[in-house]
Amino acid sequence: MHPAPSVIIFTVLSGAGFGLLFFLALGAAPVFGLAALLLWGTGYALAVIGLLASTFHLGNPQRALRAFTQWRTSWLSREGWASVGALLLLVPVALAAIAGGALPPVFGLVGAAFCLATVAATSMIYAQLKTVPRWNYWTTPALFLAFAATAGAILTGRNLPAAILSAALGVVLVLSFRLGDGRFARRGASLGTATGLGRLGAPRVLAPAHTSSNYLMKEMIHVVGRKHSRRLRWIAVIFASVLPLLIMLFVPPVPPVVAVAALLHLAGAFVARWLFFAEAEHVVGLYYGQRGPEGGTAGGG
Amino acid sequence: MTALPPPSARKLGLVIDLDTCVGCQACVTACKGWNDQGYGVPLSDQNAWGSEPSGTFLNRVHAYEVQPDTGPAQVVNFPRSCLHCENAPCVTVCPTGASYKRAEDGIVLVNEDACIGCGLCAWACPYGARELDGAAGVMKKCTLCVDRIYNENLPEADRVPACVRTCPTGARHFGDLGDSESAVSRLVAERGGYDLMPELGTSPVNKYLPPRAKGADERVDILAPLLDVKASGFAGWLDRLLEKI
Repeated sequence: MHPAPSVIIFTVLSGAGFGLLFFLALGAAPVFGLAALLLWGTGYALAVIGLLASTFHLGNPQRALRAFTQWRTSWLSREGWASVGALLLLVPVALAAIAGGALPPVFGLVGAAFCLATVAATSMIYAQLKTVPRWNYWTTPALFLAFAATAGAILTGRNLPAAILSAALGVVLVLSFRLGDGRFARRGASLGTATGLGRLGAPRVLAPAHTSSNYLMKEMIHVVGRKHSRRLRWIAVIFASVLPLLIMLFVPPVPPVVAVAALLHLAGAFVARWLFFAEAEHVVGLYYGQRGPEGGTAGGG
Repeated sequence: MTALPPPSARKLGLVIDLDTCVGCQACVTACKGWNDQGYGVPLSDQNAWGSEPSGTFLNRVHAYEVQPDTGPAQVVNFPRSCLHCENAPCVTVCPTGASYKRAEDGIVLVNEDACIGCGLCAWACPYGARELDGAAGVMKKCTLCVDRIYNENLPEADRVPACVRTCPTGARHFGDLGDSESAVSRLVAERGGYDLMPELGTSPVNKYLPPRAKGADERVDILAPLLDVKASGFAGWLDRLLEKI
C-alpha cells in the first residue's frame, strides 16, 4: 500500500495525542496550572493536528462532515464520532486541571474510554480489510493501541508504566512483523484464484492491461523501498521501544528527559507506520503480477 | 445508507466468456465513451499526451498465459470490472453513505455528491474495480450502465451496458443472475461459470466462463515417414556391415 505522508502523520500523531489524553484523563499526571496547560495542550494539539492531516488525503474534504453519518457500519465514521466525543468530553476535565481543581473521576473515565475507542476504531479501519491480509489480523489493533498507550505513558512521565508499555510495544511490533510476513500466503489468494484460471494450469501475466501506471497501482501496489525493510524494522523497534524503555528504566523523568524519550519514540513510530503501509500488500496486485519480495513473484522490488 | 440491503431477487450482472474474448479492448473504449458523458463526473485523463499517461477506467482487459500440465500454453484475455458483489465490502466501509447497493436490482453505485474521496472503498475491493478520479476526487466504478439499461429513449437493442453492446465476439452477456431461468443463468450452469477470489467471501454476481478445453496436442510429425528410409545397394551393404562391427 502507498505510504501517504498525510495518513502516516495522522495515525502517528493522533494515536500519540489520544494516548496522552487517555493517561491525563485517568489522572496519571496530577498536574495543575501551567504544567496542566502544557500537557493537556500537547495532547489536544497532537490529536487535532493528526485529525486535520487525515483530511489532506481526501479528494473532497469540504464534505468531510458527511463522514459522521454511517457509524452503524463504517469504522471510519465511528472513528470520527469517538474522536470528537473524546475531545469534547475532556474539555471540562482539562479546564478543571488548569484551574487547579478536579472533577469527579467519572468525567475522566468516560473521556478515557472515548480516547481508547478512537484509537481502536482507527486500527479497525485497517484491520477490517480482508484485501490486505497483513493488516487483517489481531496484530493491527494491538499495534495501534500499544503505540498510543506507550506514547501517552512516556509523555506523562510515568516511569514504570512507560517502561512496561515500551517493552510490550516492542513485543507487539516484532510479532506484527513476523506473523505479518506469512499472512498473504495464508489468505490463499493467488493469480489462479483471482482469475479462476488456476483450474486450467499455472497462469502468468502475458501483457499488462495498460501501458503506464494507474490509480490502483499507485495506491495499492507500492513496492518502492521495501529492500530496506529489514533495517527499518530494526530502527523501528530500537527507537519506538528499546531506547524509551532504557531511558524510562534508568533516568528520572524530568521534563527534558521525557521530551527526548518521547521524540525518540515518535521517530520510531513514524518508521514503524511507514513500514505498516509500505509492507502491506493488496490482493489486487495479483492481477498485475506484482507482489513484493514476500510473494517472491515477478515485479517486486 | 451503507448497510447492505437484504439479498435482492433481481441480481443484474455480467457473464464474461473467457473462451471468446479476443482482447480487442472495444469494451474498454465503449465503457469510457459512454461513461464520459452519462452518470456522474467524466472519466478524466491525466497527462494524456505525455510520457506517463494515466486515466480513470471502469473496465480493464488483462492478458494472461496459462500453462496446463499437458499440452500447449493458452492465452486468455481477461476483462476486469465491478462484479456487483452480494456481500460488497466496498459498501459497508463507506463513512458517508455515498457507496450503496440498490435493493431492487443489486447494482452497486456511488452517489458522487456525497463522496469525500477517502479511497477506503477502493482498498476494500479485492478486484480493483474502483478508481478515484484524478480530476474530480470522487470514486468511479462500473454502474452497469444504469443510465442505458432502463432508458426507454434508447432502442431496445441498446438497453444493455455499453461494453456488452459493443463486444464484437459476443463474449459479454448481461442479464438477471437471480433468475435461474434467465439466459445468463443457463449459460453459467452449462459452461461452469465461476466466481473470482471466492476465498474473500464477497459473493460476486458477475460470473466468468472458463476457456473451453482445447483439442489434444497430437504432435503429428509430417517428416516421420521420410526419416524411416532403408538404404539399398552399396550404402545398404555398408549400413549392414557397420552395424555388425
